Amino acid sequence: MNVVVSGWAWTLGNDINADVLAPGAYMKLPMEQSALYCLQSIEPEFARSVSQGDILVAGYNFGLGVNREQAVQALKFLGVGAVLARSFSRIFYRDAINLGLPALLFPWADEIATGDQLVVDPMAGDVRNVTTGHAYRVEPIPRHVMRIINDGGLMPHLKKKLARQRMEATRQLLDDTAQ
Amino acid sequence: MPSTLVEKIIARAAGKSRVAPGDIVTCKVDLAMFRDAAGPGRIAPRLKELGATVWDPSRVVVVNDHSTLAQRAHLMPGAFCASGDGHPTLAGAFGCYLAGFGATEMTGVMATGKIWTRVPESVLVRLAGKLPDGTTAKDIMFFLCRRLGSHNSLKVIEYSGSTIEQLSMSERMALTNLAAELGADTALIAPDAVTLEAIRTAGGDIDPNAANNWRSDPGAFHETVCDIDASTLVPQIARPESPAKALPITDAQGARIDQAYIGAYVGAKLSELRMAARVLKDRRVAKGVRLLIAPASAQTARTATADGTLTTLVEAGAVLLPTATTSPSSTAAGFFVDGENRMRHSDADVYLGSPYTVAASAIAGRITDPRPYLEGRAI
Repeated sequence: MNVVVSGWAWTLGNDINADVLAPGAYMKLPMEQSALYCLQSIEPEFARSVSQGDILVAGYNFGLGVNREQAVQALKFLGVGAVLARSFSRIFYRDAINLGLPALLFPWADEIATGDQLVVDPMAGDVRNVTTGHAYRVEPIPRHVMRIINDGGLMPHLKKKLARQRMEATRQLLDDTAQ
Repeated sequence: MPSTLVEKIIARAAGKSRVAPGDIVTCKVDLAMFRDAAGPGRIAPRLKELGATVWDPSRVVVVNDHSTLAQRAHLMPGAFCASGDGHPTLAGAFGCYLAGFGATEMTGVMATGKIWTRVPESVLVRLAGKLPDGTTAKDIMFFLCRRLGSHNSLKVIEYSGSTIEQLSMSERMALTNLAAELGADTALIAPDAVTLEAIRTAGGDIDPNAANNWRSDPGAFHETVCDIDASTLVPQIARPESPAKALPITDAQGARIDQAYIGAYVGAKLSELRMAARVLKDRRVAKGVRLLIAPASAQTARTATADGTLTTLVEAGAVLLPTATTSPSSTAAGFFVDGENRMRHSDADVYLGSPYTVAASAIAGRITDPRPYLEGRAI
């Protein structure tokens, strides 16, 4: 299953930290409330205006700072379909993929403007700016890791995988017994 | 195509002939490591939720201090290892890849024995020359924090050069262990005769070809190369705001201190206790200053007792904490009160330095250059 993300770009600068994505002050609220504060300190309209499939385009060190899975969860809750950045903090990068949000290294962030229409194919490693007509090749996310994203993250992926293994073991046992 | 050391390690673990930076691959994990306090309690409920069992208990190690991994010969050149704890990269001193992962990811490792990773770019740090007396691997590290900054995410730091060849395993571990301060995945040093001897001494069964197999090929591509003349380095101090703002001790002396700490995680292996003892011998910790020392492990404490190191430290006025206590205000030394965390009170500033510098500062009662003490020019 190949998932292509298509939406409007939101451009952000360098050093967007996890506390800007998921402000500590609102962390105790349920996600449907706390997500409203996502990026509020730099893009006050973001949470209210973002649409399903929109794509963040950021500079260096996206997601740095505190280790906070809610940073990814808030973006996913608001419908963000992918994050492109010149560089990511290691924690955010791994969290994003393990929680089911494609994160792609994108050195051309300054060629994208807020409101450009983008089409991102993570498995092919293609990014297309429909507004400007430019196409870019990025490091693809291979099939075996896209499965984690498509299953909704690592824990659901593991559940599915282990259940399948158990099913196969049972089937094998039944086959052996029948023989 | 020539490969870097990390590319060779990941290629083997991923079952591929070669990999390149940016490739995302799934690796078989040779060893999963946890700290006793933080590991099993987080992983067990998640494994239960999955209905999973541990993929291979013989490949799982639970320790109370990372130095145990080396003392028990768990770290083998070329191995790909995963840790449930953030700062375990001392394994890199053995040419062994060990990076930290979150609890959910480590649950995946425990259930399947596998984890995905993006092959990192390599930053090569070449150190040439003899490190002057009183200057240590930690000082190199703080110098590098300033030089390379703290944003080296999705990269690996590889150390090489004549300075490294002269360092003991303990110093090499101090150097690789601080990769997290540079924001890197991990750090690596190619194994040599010193490495293989250390593994043999710890009781490990080591392939004599390991030193030839696990090194970057000549001409392998390193994204950045950083050359340093180690003979010109001086002790460094990492200032409270960020390790990236480290300064040479000559520009950073004078701040008054209340407490000094030489402890586990990166700071109190035998060689480091001996550094502190060299400075503190026949001297006293300043009035009004508390010097806390937590030897890295029980084995370290036994050896340091037998050779008189701990006596020197205690006679100088140091207070001993339980072994493997990872912070001065750990619960091993009492419960936290409001405003305290495991490292400090919220009003306190923390400076970082080598065991020499911390010991000298404890004597002077302020951040102090250790070299005059080592040369007998200060009392």
